Amino acid sequence: MSDGRTTSPTFADVNRDVLRTLEPPGNLYFAWMCFVALLLAGFFAAWAGQVWWGMGMAGKRVPQMWAMYITTFVFWIGIGHAGTLISAILYLFRARWRTSIYRGAEAMTIFAVMTAGLFPLIHAGRMWFAYYLLPYPNQRFLWPNFRSPLVWDVFAISTYLSISTVFFIVGLVPDIAALRDASTGWRKRIFSMLALGWEGSDTQWRHYRRAYGLLAALATPLVLSVHSVVSWDFAMALVPGWHSTLFAPFFVDGAIFSGFAMVLILILPMRHFFNLHAYIQEKHLDAMGKLILVTGLVLTYFYICEIFTSLYSGEHIEKASLFWKVTATYAWALWTMYFCNCVAPLVLFWKRARTSPVVLYVVSILVLIGMWFERFNIIVPSLGHDFYPYTWGIYYPSPTDTMIVIGSFSFFFLLFLGFIRLMPSLSIVEVKETIPPPVRDRAHGH
Amino acid sequence: MATETVLGVFAHVDTTVRALEELRARGYHDVTVYTPLPVHEIEEVLERDRPVSRVRLFTLIGGLAGIVSAFLLTIWSSMVWGQVTGGKYLQPTGGGISGSSLPPFFIIAFELMVLFGGFATVIGMVVLGRLPRLRTSAAYDPRFTNDRFGVAVHCAPERAATVHELLRTSGAEEVKSR
Repeated sequence: MSDGRTTSPTFADVNRDVLRTLEPPGNLYFAWMCFVALLLAGFFAAWAGQVWWGMGMAGKRVPQMWAMYITTFVFWIGIGHAGTLISAILYLFRARWRTSIYRGAEAMTIFAVMTAGLFPLIHAGRMWFAYYLLPYPNQRFLWPNFRSPLVWDVFAISTYLSISTVFFIVGLVPDIAALRDASTGWRKRIFSMLALGWEGSDTQWRHYRRAYGLLAALATPLVLSVHSVVSWDFAMALVPGWHSTLFAPFFVDGAIFSGFAMVLILILPMRHFFNLHAYIQEKHLDAMGKLILVTGLVLTYFYICEIFTSLYSGEHIEKASLFWKVTATYAWALWTMYFCNCVAPLVLFWKRARTSPVVLYVVSILVLIGMWFERFNIIVPSLGHDFYPYTWGIYYPSPTDTMIVIGSFSFFFLLFLGFIRLMPSLSIVEVKETIPPPVRDRAHGH
Repeated sequence: MATETVLGVFAHVDTTVRALEELRARGYHDVTVYTPLPVHEIEEVLERDRPVSRVRLFTLIGGLAGIVSAFLLTIWSSMVWGQVTGGKYLQPTGGGISGSSLPPFFIIAFELMVLFGGFATVIGMVVLGRLPRLRTSAAYDPRFTNDRFGVAVHCAPERAATVHELLRTSGAEEVKSR
């Protein structure tokens, strides 16, 4: 490592430091876990109430049938972008700084997509019929309409979840072998099974490396396609404010922006509590800060483009929709979004801000708020003010859907907290790859 | 033929590479190397006379199977379930399947290509890497997932002493027969 540090960790240090993160945690961890579990109980109670009393509980009234559920669905899918971006695209580009954050980011991706996956079920009302979404043989020969973006979405998201999970598990196998070799008793037996008998022989590494590269190559277009497909849920409709070819890149960029903010929100406390400063260094924070800044600037450009195309569309309904968004009922949400996504990240132009955990944390939280409101601003004001005045309508949140949205965060954090306790949250193998390997003769030289 | 396995444990990459070069020069080709991480220098010695991993064949077949099955599913199901959306028929007309509005089906084909290709890649890795297994091989040592490199030479018992000597002189910190 060429960052001027005098002692770089050895291979044995990496094993020791990473395995240390799996020691029994302190009271703070359990307190936080209890708080999250309590919120999750509220989430399930709210969901049960909605199933029992019907969708009216969630404030669903024509035309506001998508409202917070689909807002939060798109938000979580967006969060899920950073992980596979880091593990696939940055892997192919040989960006070395990814190694210490990629495991946490990958876990985050899987949990975020799982959280997102709850929302179509919640939103469908009778979620026990969710299998209708899939093409399955049935005696009436009913099949999904493959020209519907909603069906593409089902395919895109289930493929993304499957491939991200496969990627995650493949990356974990050599690390679980290290866990197996460092543990005893029943843990050793469990890890032996999970490690699949991995021993790091040359044959295994040879196929492993090739397979990992190929998975990265397959996952790279997948990362970019998932949010494009999600954006087509909107762009394929004729609703003013949705019907735009800008949507696919706009969504993908926003997803990466919010995904990296969430990575920072998870990684910074991990770095602090597990004392991982030797592995997650300032240059890693700096790199992530730069990525947030760049994607934020691109997003700002897209916002300008969106307004510009609307004004020059020659379509008075499109223009009216924009005018209503900027000035009327939901204007506060729009201006919050502009502040959080366009102004707040500008502080990252300063290197000191990019390397300060506190500043990064605050910016990340603002970015997440901004990105949640972005999806809200796409869905709610557009549906509330479309072609005919008699179909206009305002959406008011209800306690049920508010609780479900808040609860989805607890679902996500519970999964993530469980993960950092059970599995190495830093990749033992990949961190070792960034350390110069032990060499005998050079060690004697100086 | 009875073979004996001689295992050398190394602490350094350069000594491991030296041992491998020596072994190659003396004609020992049945060698297993254990490393905690993929090391470029070691791979370079080993890959010289090996073909590229066949995992890519699995990926190719998986990906093609995904594309084919996606088009079969979408075209066939739109033929049996003749849904008219946007005034367009999905059924084939006299002019073949061109009437079935193919472009959206490419999205499904892309997704299934990635899905099947990804799963096939992992299956390829597992099958070719002789995984999964419940027990590790006899020459394996738990230090090989931590900070040691292992060179296991499978040779005839009468040559074991020579191999011992060779590994020792290359810089192994420990040599043993398994």
